[in-house]
Amino acid sequence: MTSNGKPKFAMYWAASCGGCEIAVLNIHEKILDVDANFEVVFWPVAMDAKYKDVEAMEDGSILLTLFNGAIRNDENEHIAKLLRQKSKILVAFGSCATEGCMPALANLTSIEEVVETYYSTISTDNPQNIHPQPTYKAPEGEIYIPKLYPIVRTLDQVVEVDYYMPGCPPESHQIAAVIDLVIDVLQGKATLPPKGSTIGAGGSTVCDDCPRKRDVKKIKEFKRIQDVMLDPEICILEQGVICSGPATRNGCGALCPQAGSPCIGCYGPAEGVLDYGARLLTAVASVIDSNDPAEIERILDGIPDPAGMFYRFNLGGSLLRASKAAWAK
Amino acid sequence: MSDQFEPVIIGFTCNWCSYRAADMAGMGRIKYAPNIRLIRLMCSGRLDPTFVIKAFAGGADGVLVSGCHPGDCHYIEQNYKAMRRFYLLKKLLTQMGIEPGRLKLLWASAAEGQIFADEVTKFTEEVRALGPLHWNPTAALEAESAFHQPAEVAA
Repeated sequence: MTSNGKPKFAMYWAASCGGCEIAVLNIHEKILDVDANFEVVFWPVAMDAKYKDVEAMEDGSILLTLFNGAIRNDENEHIAKLLRQKSKILVAFGSCATEGCMPALANLTSIEEVVETYYSTISTDNPQNIHPQPTYKAPEGEIYIPKLYPIVRTLDQVVEVDYYMPGCPPESHQIAAVIDLVIDVLQGKATLPPKGSTIGAGGSTVCDDCPRKRDVKKIKEFKRIQDVMLDPEICILEQGVICSGPATRNGCGALCPQAGSPCIGCYGPAEGVLDYGARLLTAVASVIDSNDPAEIERILDGIPDPAGMFYRFNLGGSLLRASKAAWAK
Repeated sequence: MSDQFEPVIIGFTCNWCSYRAADMAGMGRIKYAPNIRLIRLMCSGRLDPTFVIKAFAGGADGVLVSGCHPGDCHYIEQNYKAMRRFYLLKKLLTQMGIEPGRLKLLWASAAEGQIFADEVTKFTEEVRALGPLHWNPTAALEAESAFHQPAEVAA
């Protein structure tokens, strides 16, 4: 591939859904700015490229790599390490890369159970009970598929990360702002934020951006959203439906609560929060309207799956990282 | 030294009641298990569940949360908030595979040195019976981290 002298850009998807790529394309005509200012050298969803092309590049020759997806298997890890080596700026892009997101919810169970559920339970049509093997000897030679790891990791648990860009997916206007910033840096009009910063997001919480009215919170019963008609003006948590706003970083513009749905926490921990689940748990438990242990326990029965609720996007990046079932033999 | 497992226990005490109970146990020369490492907070309501999770993630086998008796909080009602968080935290930790017996809530007034000492000893024995926790999620990776994919596949 001949170089056109422009700085090089790469984007990769590891264990992810592809939503981050769509969010990037959702910046509309701004994508032309990306093309005008960068040479896209590697972006599997958008162009044909081989891993060996990346391996042949000089170390540090890619200026900017947006890496989305968690580290689920040895292929993810290999490419994370490869892109780290080849990139000047490596951005953990989106919730999976920054904090594990949905893929990391697999850390609540053992990998054997994950595979078993996938290939053998009643919802799977697999009459011949075929399970994929890591290697297979075909007449033409041995072939391989990536090997699953017992736990899912975030990008920074595998390689050093320069910047974090949260969101599931990151909002397109935030992506556009970050691209503008990098272009300004290239033209000498701006400087990069300190290494390790969270970019393309706010420094506060979703509650700060939420227009709903807030009053004293006292909760006698936790309800599921499908069982209640929400008042459109009042704080969702005050109405007994768990909203992740108090623990979640702002940056989305509080879209979900404005659309009548609780925040589910996709922008990850707010600034300074070490453990997202612990922070959300603190906010939710404090407003239970009871001082009687038996009644508190009864009210808490309204939260049947606390780990899934409080670590929906953050299990991989949490302090505990995985349930004991996932890592202890 | 015996081969008996000695659990590491972190104890969070409040400035006004349970830390003073521990003080009283000390002044009264009351013997209790030395496994607990006490951390004094101003109030049990100051206990961010992050502290408990960090203790377990960092190698603790048990965590004790203690404060003033309900109704006696120096800050009026913050120990009730601690209690609500405690029950939810316990539910969450159980889901993560941390046995409920590794987390204990104890109310102790400044005059209850004996109760504090007895409960710490009892808790230590309960955690000892549960065995080590040794939280280490990367253990599973270390066993399997060898990179098996041959070079021609990576290419």
